[in-house]
Amino acid sequence: MSYISKKELQQSACEILKNLDCENLKPKDRMQIPLQEMPSQDPAIRRNNMEEVAIGYTPEQAKVEALRCLQCKNAPCMKGCPVNIDIPKFIQEIAEEKYQDSIDTIKVSSLLPAVCGRVCPQETQCQLYCTLGKALKDVEQSVSIGRLERFVADRDAQNATDVPIEIKPETGKKVAIIGSGPAGITVAADVRREGHEVTVFEAFHKPGGVLMYGIPEFRLPKEIVQREITQLKKMGVKIETNFVVGRTLTLPQLLDEEGFDAAFIGSGAGLPTFMNIEGENLVGVFSANEYLTRSNLMRAFEEKAATPIARSKKVAILGGGNVAMDAARTAVRLGADEVYLIYRRSEAEMPARIEEVEHAKEEGVIFHVLENVKRILGNDDGMVTGVECLRYELGEPDDSGRRRPIAIENSEFVIELDTVIVAIGNKSNPLIPHTTEGLEINKWGNIVADEDGKTSLDKVYAGGDIVLGAATVILAMGEGRKAAAAINEMLVD
Amino acid sequence: MNKIIEKKQLSDDVFQMCIEAPLIARSRKAGQFILLQIDTDFGERIPLTIANGDAEAGTITIVFQSVGATTHKLSDKNVGDYIENVLGPLGQPTHVKDVDWVVCVGGGIGVAPMYPIAKAFKESGAKLTVIMGARNKDLLILEEDMKAIADELIVCTDDGSYGRKCLVTEPLKECCQREQQPDEVVAIGPPIMMKFCSLTTKECEVPTTVSLNTIMIDGTGMCGGCRVTVGGETKFVCVDGPEFDGHKVDFDNMMKRLGAYKKQEQVNHDKYHDHECKAEKQADELVAKQGDK
Ligand SMILES: Cc1cc2nc3c(=O)[nH]c(=O)nc-3n(C[C@H](O)[C@H](O)[C@H](O)COP(=O)(O)OP(=O)(O)OC[C@H]3O[C@@H](n4cnc5c(N)ncnc54)[C@H](O)[C@@H]3O)c2cc1C
Ligand SMILES: Cc1cc2nc3c(=O)[nH]c(=O)nc-3n(C[C@H](O)[C@H](O)[C@H](O)COP(=O)(O)OP(=O)(O)OC[C@H]3O[C@@H](n4cnc5c(N)ncnc54)[C@H](O)[C@@H]3O)c2cc1C
Ligand code: SF4
Ligand code: SF4
Ligand code: FES
Repeated sequence: MSYISKKELQQSACEILKNLDCENLKPKDRMQIPLQEMPSQDPAIRRNNMEEVAIGYTPEQAKVEALRCLQCKNAPCMKGCPVNIDIPKFIQEIAEEKYQDSIDTIKVSSLLPAVCGRVCPQETQCQLYCTLGKALKDVEQSVSIGRLERFVADRDAQNATDVPIEIKPETGKKVAIIGSGPAGITVAADVRREGHEVTVFEAFHKPGGVLMYGIPEFRLPKEIVQREITQLKKMGVKIETNFVVGRTLTLPQLLDEEGFDAAFIGSGAGLPTFMNIEGENLVGVFSANEYLTRSNLMRAFEEKAATPIARSKKVAILGGGNVAMDAARTAVRLGADEVYLIYRRSEAEMPARIEEVEHAKEEGVIFHVLENVKRILGNDDGMVTGVECLRYELGEPDDSGRRRPIAIENSEFVIELDTVIVAIGNKSNPLIPHTTEGLEINKWGNIVADEDGKTSLDKVYAGGDIVLGAATVILAMGEGRKAAAAINEMLVD
Repeated sequence: MNKIIEKKQLSDDVFQMCIEAPLIARSRKAGQFILLQIDTDFGERIPLTIANGDAEAGTITIVFQSVGATTHKLSDKNVGDYIENVLGPLGQPTHVKDVDWVVCVGGGIGVAPMYPIAKAFKESGAKLTVIMGARNKDLLILEEDMKAIADELIVCTDDGSYGRKCLVTEPLKECCQREQQPDEVVAIGPPIMMKFCSLTTKECEVPTTVSLNTIMIDGTGMCGGCRVTVGGETKFVCVDGPEFDGHKVDFDNMMKRLGAYKKQEQVNHDKYHDHECKAEKQADELVAKQGDK
């Protein structure tokens, strides 16, 4: 993909609209409308700033893209959306320029459209099932559901009329929410609406979970996250930051001593995995969590921030997921001369979203696929000087269905660099299970919860990454919705 | 927001502060620490040991040395001022073993976090020897408090300006060589001191606990920034520690990791001073101008 400016994209959208008989489109006509690319900042410029890369559709582009939707009766796209947004309906409303109706349709099912429209891995969710993509034999040609969702959500935020959200009369029941990520935010809103008193406990000094400390500004502006938090506060949800459940007070204390009638655990998957290889504790080796937290939450990229961050010349990111892409692209923006991404399978197996991979490449990240680090090299001062890598080839598919990477013997080679960022995954933080007797966890350390998010303990629910393992924002939100419904039901009885 | 209730200067650059933190005061145990951030938007989060606490008054006490930008800013705060964020209590509490004789070694500022631990051992019925050291007389802190609880108190300074002229390892070695060895040694202070204390006791095979002061961010096990190598394994100081078996800690690696951000810390510290100096200069100029009128 070569870079096309917003102006050119807008012109071509206007051109298309002029030549379309919007009222009388047959499926065949719709299929011929070209996919609308997302306008974005010029890669050469955005490498040097933290501002959002994707700028968002213009109304004309949104309309053209919406007209591509075939309005399938069975709407297969909906089954790919974990919260079952009525996709054909909200898209049709965009086509008709009924933006308020459109956002209302989305809000029936989703609480965070501006967030999900931006960060959902659509190509493996809603857009994977899209009839149009199937007909054109290319998922990337599916209707851009996420981009359209973002379009109406952003428009809604701009024109925010500040209609207060309706809250039922106070019930006097108290619910504790642990963690303020997407799962916690969702449960807080849904439970508060029923008139229960809600307190969110967050360990960090700012609420928002991974949306604040993990996903970078250039993908998800923090302003959007804070808007959602402000909304919660307006609804009367109390947010206690600097409160780590299990230490400041334990979950049993909240229930037995502080009078909470129910609790929801949405504490996320915040336990970085390391590779247990030689040199991993050298100076200059960081977890992606540390690197991203310093940059996002602590704002290390701003002059005023007190937090230090590695200013690397040559840096390698180990991993191939969204977290790895985020770390690599952050390193570019913090001024590294060369940024390598080392991944032991091939690009086809990368768990990162296609869009993020494309963006990373456009910004100059150098991909080293089918390679893996064997050990990290250092000097006498304990500083990283390089990595010794092995080349890999792909063998038979493994349990995950992806082809298994196999090391090629004697293929060692060295890359010289000064920083290594490990981004090979996160596990569940054991703090709450360790301090809550009787809370069942599985062998990966995730809390065990049933369909409704109910855990092995009375009155205690859980959802999001702490239950699913590192997953996605929309899944965390979907689980939150289910748990909230169950909590509301329990509190009525 | 946590209000500063009391502030005392213990030595040239060591301060004691009592701050409002009712829940932490209620839950904390000896050996635990807090993370403190002065300013929510741009401040650094720094770990400080809870030196004391009063559950009834809802306050905790910290003792800190002004070494860099954040501790310097903190030392400029006064009674009635607020600290925007205080998180805790973090880390594993001290495991107060049931022993007959414990030797607690505190170096410099390390005497402060040592105090609640020494007290807990004393209360458990152990015989308590305290060895405290500092570079010079002016840097010694909490001598009176320690005297009040110790069965035996040995004070030393590097330059001999007070007490014995030696490093803390010397009396520690003597203790270990007595006919009856101590059952347990706890050493808290600069990494280099903890390293040599551990080497000293290793020779005599006396179990030794140290409290590590690595760089931290979240304090909940999320970032891995605080990791150290203990017995060949990677451990997170904030959740697995801060106390570890001193004989197993790779101190050399830890000391190098502590220096990871040296350059940037220096710049930040200089910036703060520069800012202060400018402010002072402006104030001086203003006063001078007004004087002219
Ligand atoms: C760098 C990165 C990029 C990602 N990119 C994407 C993406 O593009 N698309 C996508 O869909 N997903 C992405 N994800 C995954 C997604 O962010 C998570 O699946 C989602 O945030 C999980 O939500 P959650 O509410 O379960 O937990 P989290 O968002 O992790 O929030 C949990 C919160 O609980 C707090 N907490 C933890 N323990 C305690 C305690 N004991 N007491 C009090 N508070 C506590 C934490 O501080 C945190 O704020 C990404 C993740 C990362 C790390
Ligand atoms: C569990 C624990 C308990 C501690 N208890 C005390 C105490 O009771 N009293 C006390 O005076 N000091 C204590 N420290 C050390 C204290 O945290 C550092 O002195 C402080 O962070 C320095 O910050 P600064 O910005 O003033 O200095 P900087 O200029 O940032 O750094 C000066 C020194 O502090 C280290 N440091 C910097 N940032 C951090 C950080 N985020 N976390 C840890 N170390 C850092 C640096 O490596 C450097 O050696 C403790 C540390 C830990 C881990
Ligand atoms: S929430 Fe995500 S999965 Fe659902 S429609 Fe929107 S982009 Fe697709
Ligand atoms: S499957 Fe695709 S084309 Fe069909 S309704 Fe959904 S978005 Fe439209
Ligand atoms: S401070 Fe982040 S893991 Fe220990």
